[in-house]
Amino acid sequence: MCGIVGLHLRDPALYPQLGALLAAMLCQVVERGPDSAGVAVYGDRRRCPEGHAAVSVLDAPAELRAGLRAELRAERWAGLPGSPEILVTEAGATTILAAPVAVDALVEAVRAAAPEALVVGAGTDLTVYKGTGHPRELAATYDLANARGWQGLAHTRMATESAVTPAGCHPFSVGPDQCLVHNGSFANHATIRRELVAGGARFDSDNDSEVGARFVAARLAAGDDLDKALRALCERFDGFYTLLVTSADGFAVVRDAIACKPAVIAETAAWVAMASEFRALAELPGVDAARIYEPEPEKVYTWQR
Amino acid sequence: MAEVTTGPSTAHTFDLAVSSVRELNAELHAPSSARYEVLRPKGAHALAAGVRHPVTVEILGHAGYYCAGMNDGATIAVFGNVGTGVAENMMSGLVRVHGDASQSAGATGHGGLLVVEGSASMRCGISMKGIDIVVGGDVGPMSAFMAQAGRLVVCGDAGDGLGDSIYEARLYVRGKVGDLGADCVPKPMREEHRAELAELLAKAGLGGEAGEFRRFGSARALYHFAAHNSASY
Repeated sequence: MCGIVGLHLRDPALYPQLGALLAAMLCQVVERGPDSAGVAVYGDRRRCPEGHAAVSVLDAPAELRAGLRAELRAERWAGLPGSPEILVTEAGATTILAAPVAVDALVEAVRAAAPEALVVGAGTDLTVYKGTGHPRELAATYDLANARGWQGLAHTRMATESAVTPAGCHPFSVGPDQCLVHNGSFANHATIRRELVAGGARFDSDNDSEVGARFVAARLAAGDDLDKALRALCERFDGFYTLLVTSADGFAVVRDAIACKPAVIAETAAWVAMASEFRALAELPGVDAARIYEPEPEKVYTWQR
Repeated sequence: MAEVTTGPSTAHTFDLAVSSVRELNAELHAPSSARYEVLRPKGAHALAAGVRHPVTVEILGHAGYYCAGMNDGATIAVFGNVGTGVAENMMSGLVRVHGDASQSAGATGHGGLLVVEGSASMRCGISMKGIDIVVGGDVGPMSAFMAQAGRLVVCGDAGDGLGDSIYEARLYVRGKVGDLGADCVPKPMREEHRAELAELLAKAGLGGEAGEFRRFGSARALYHFAAHNSASY
């Protein structure tokens, strides 16, 4: 099954409420995927201050998380310009590190400092949280209700293709400030995975959805916009999918030709929201006046910030 | 549960911010009133499912999956949209959706009338077995898939794959029709078809002249045994 919720705010007055709204949406799709949940928030300056890059990692060793930060800075972060202060946030299985450096530099530094840790998100705006357990409890672990920002998404997972682990959680974030969440299963992912690997891609999991995320990331890196990348995905992928894909300035929804995985979109002047079911949208402010519709099969819907 | 007087009879009101869906359905399965009003449904699933008494239920807001499922004799109105499988497997009665319906509206229904005043999504009337469905707007792709009996009336357009593998249901569409499904073909509108269509439109309370519609049904080439194909079975 799996549950998806996403919220793209148009009205900056709502930015302080993003996390609270997203948490309420997430709790309405718990039954669709009670084994684990992942969240992405764009623009949460508590975790990723202005002018910083943030890297979200799983299985961060203790010295990366806290105690030996000074030593890390001296020995392993020395390559970073100006040996910056590192802002560390711990949230269950996820650790978020932010520093006023380039995204690539921070990712490289984290990988060098802790090769065993898994990078699950990176960008100048994006923070990603993953964990296993009840989504309601995970939302508390992530302190989602207090998150601020302009866009966010969440996924509750009912695993079908790979193990129930934090690494198997959605969203899959494999390009800068990009996220993909998936309800469904791809049929030809192994073939496309081999092609992407031949093209130089490195995979973190056996998950079919990661193949979709790597495919989109490759297309965006090649110059496509979200609309074009997702139309290419529809051409190339077989299987069932409702996808919500986000980028540094975009929010997009697409479903396969059969469209058996549910999706409903609601739009007002203040926000665009997407969810697996209407009940996740029922508490959004002004939903009674929203335009509510289901996305059509193989039609790409995109919104720009 | 509070009692309010609205019109000639007293309606029991269920506020789903206070009561549970299970409490609502338990009451509807052994009704103590003839009329019910459901407030703040907020997309909950299985609202007024399995009702077997001739009660009237008004749901004021959007409903989730399987609303009015298995209805047998009740009159159920939703003043909002409904999720997947509204009135699925209905036996008799009337279900009216004032907004839009999601996928598989009226799926496998044996009888009764389902009216969707807005549009219905994919697979509307899938495997319908005698239900009548009238949709004021459009229906999505693959509607009336394997439809066995009953009538589907579409006042707007029908998506691709209409009536794929259809048996004996009759389909009427006023607007555009995408690609027809396997073994679904246009059929002539005879007097009896115009008459039943006019009656359905009148019962649904939707306008439209029967003469504006086209009829589709089974070519009967797919589901009959053909002796020359016997080696393939």
